[in-house]
Amino acid sequence: MSEEKQEEKKEKKGFFARLKQGLTKTRDNIVRGIDSVFSGFSSIDDDFYEELEEILIMGDIGVNATGDILERLKREVKEKHVKEPSGCKQLLIESIREQMQVDTAAYDFEQEKSVIMVIGVNGVGKTTSVGKLAGRLKESGRKVLIAAADTFRAAAGDQLAEWARRAEVPMVGGSEGADPASVVYDAVTAAKARGVDVLLIDTAGRLHNKKNLMEELRKMNRIIDREFPDAHRENLIVLDGTTGQNALVQAREFGEVAELTGIILTKMDGTAKGGIAVAIQSELNIPVKYIGVGEGIEDLQRFDADEFVNALFDVSGEEDGDD
Amino acid sequence: MAFESLTDKLQRVFRNLRSKGRLTEEDVRAALREVKMALLEADVNFKVVKQFIKAVEERAIGQDVMNGLNPGQMVIKIVNEEMIALMGSETTEITMQPGKAVTVIMMAGLQGAGKTTAVAKIAGKLKTKGKKSLLAACDIYRPAAIEQLQINGRKQEVDVFEMGTDHKPVEIARSAIAHAEKNGHNVVILDTAGRLHIDEDMMAELQEIKAGVAVHQTLLVVDAMTGQDAVNVAKEFDEKVGIDGVVLSKMDGDTRGGAALSIKAVTGKPILYVSMGEKLSDLEQFYPDRMANRILGMGDVLSLIEKAQENIDIDEEKSREMAGRMKKGKFDFEDYLESLKQMRNMGGLSSILGMLPGMGIKSADIDSEASDRQLRQSEAIVLSMTKAERRNPKLLNPQRKYRIAKGAGVDVAVVNRFVKQFEQSQKVMKQLGGGGKHGRGMFGGFPGRKGGFPF
Repeated sequence: MSEEKQEEKKEKKGFFARLKQGLTKTRDNIVRGIDSVFSGFSSIDDDFYEELEEILIMGDIGVNATGDILERLKREVKEKHVKEPSGCKQLLIESIREQMQVDTAAYDFEQEKSVIMVIGVNGVGKTTSVGKLAGRLKESGRKVLIAAADTFRAAAGDQLAEWARRAEVPMVGGSEGADPASVVYDAVTAAKARGVDVLLIDTAGRLHNKKNLMEELRKMNRIIDREFPDAHRENLIVLDGTTGQNALVQAREFGEVAELTGIILTKMDGTAKGGIAVAIQSELNIPVKYIGVGEGIEDLQRFDADEFVNALFDVSGEEDGDD
Repeated sequence: MAFESLTDKLQRVFRNLRSKGRLTEEDVRAALREVKMALLEADVNFKVVKQFIKAVEERAIGQDVMNGLNPGQMVIKIVNEEMIALMGSETTEITMQPGKAVTVIMMAGLQGAGKTTAVAKIAGKLKTKGKKSLLAACDIYRPAAIEQLQINGRKQEVDVFEMGTDHKPVEIARSAIAHAEKNGHNVVILDTAGRLHIDEDMMAELQEIKAGVAVHQTLLVVDAMTGQDAVNVAKEFDEKVGIDGVVLSKMDGDTRGGAALSIKAVTGKPILYVSMGEKLSDLEQFYPDRMANRILGMGDVLSLIEKAQENIDIDEEKSREMAGRMKKGKFDFEDYLESLKQMRNMGGLSSILGMLPGMGIKSADIDSEASDRQLRQSEAIVLSMTKAERRNPKLLNPQRKYRIAKGAGVDVAVVNRFVKQFEQSQKVMKQLGGGGKHGRGMFGGFPGRKGGFPF
């Protein structure tokens, strides 16, 4: 099937392949790999755990989640009588990988009649993600419609229109100052009338502590539920991979007004590790579904737990990756 | 936030510690462990935290504990001072070129940091100071970046200069400056594209702008919610392009903003503005003390420390006198009234009881309103006594107690209980005073909770 072929082609140009395009050198200078830790210690002692703690916290996993992970690790090390730091590394990587694994059903919406609302705080890359997602779905043969419900930020509609043009999909809405709820209503009506497979809704960035804006979002969510009850619903929160502990609060608060079905973790081509996704997964059980690794329309990929964990510990970045 | 506040944590740590004259190594370490966690939760970079904690530890061990504070609060006071010192003890402004010369400001940062919005906000701010700005659209990559700048410029009523997306940013900058000189603008603000600090080509573009035109101020715009990576971003921008100051964006969120501390620690460059909201007017000066409070997440304790400081300073004489009397077990009802007065000055029992050193009461344990009510009742009882009775509780016989109860509007049993508790705590104070462990002002001299001071 041609669909699968395309999939394969895309996956090949993976996260690390992209990173290596010119960025690797600088990146390696900045990011210290975990391997030095594992090779620098001959036994599993307090210093060793302290070093692990540092790496996890430096990856933005956060104090609490780091504490939990290390506690679990210590228990396992004891139970399994692991003596070598290298064995310990395997345990650690495995446990985080397992936790971050995404259920394959998580991507069902790509093949169904669905409405995807993309939400998040300002500047995380919502519009760009919508554009990339539209390109991705269009390429896999879906009939896509984009709705520009960010009627607040200056020129947001223009930006999205450019993405729509690149992805070759139609767009509705986009006039500054319009009521976003009415844009959503119109978009749903249009999607039904045109027999669209996937309706992608771009929303305005809003800080999760702005009550009125969050209520606005709740209303938009309700309208979709009401007007399009048989559509598969996805609410994807876009989180900036460089964001620290606040991302957890964001996920929690956004989830309060519109039930979240997944995360798009953006800006993962920098030096940030996006470790807060681990904390979010363990506290709120929301999976990361996509990661953004660049500015091109093809730079949105399905989340891969292996690659994520490797990047977190920067292990397979080394030439002599030892998996 | 779901996190247990630093205040609560410190209360827990210090519940079992007695107030002491000096900060011991043990006190400092215990308090700093919690401070460290709080800083990490606020996204201050791990390495910066480590250095910072070490510096505070060195300064704090052996310091005298100020009157009215417990060791934990004393440590926090030092932490706060050090943090403010680190973040720059005064607010700074963008340095302008003298006279009529055009000041060129270049904005740089990662994607989505809020550069374009900050550009317009700064122009608006400068406008109120009589400067005429020209905004130059040097972001030739992001779709609709130019339109966004134009719309923002229009809202602020400042001019925007653009040459489309087919010219190199350095050319646009050069033309913008020429345009500004011709048209009487005295500030040019270059809005550059968002870029990754490790994208060598894009970083070279900024270097090219700096090499091609005279940039007087390069400002890095950083999202206040940035995590551990903030140091990498700031360091790379500073090393490769050179920055003169920082604008912290999205500060109207609920992030603690530890990135501010990390960036300052790593680059040494001042934070000039904080961007607070979506409206173009929401750009504020940076105040290091406010930021320190926010990062620590304990403005409440800090204001208590301040209040304690003010009060104790004024009443130091009285406190010393009282402490002396306590030691001898001569603490009487007059002293009790005085201590009530001090407490009320500090915001009432409900606001300070949980923080009283030596009391070891978790604020959450106390029904503060009920306690305040009880306190008022106790006060009424004391006020219904004669001066002589207050000075000498031994005078209190059943008749006098009956009169006092009537005066205070309570049952005589309440008066009995109150007097009994008071006598007990007098005894305890005498013991403690004799042991030489206490005697640091009235707060330092309060007995432990077992003594049951009659609140």
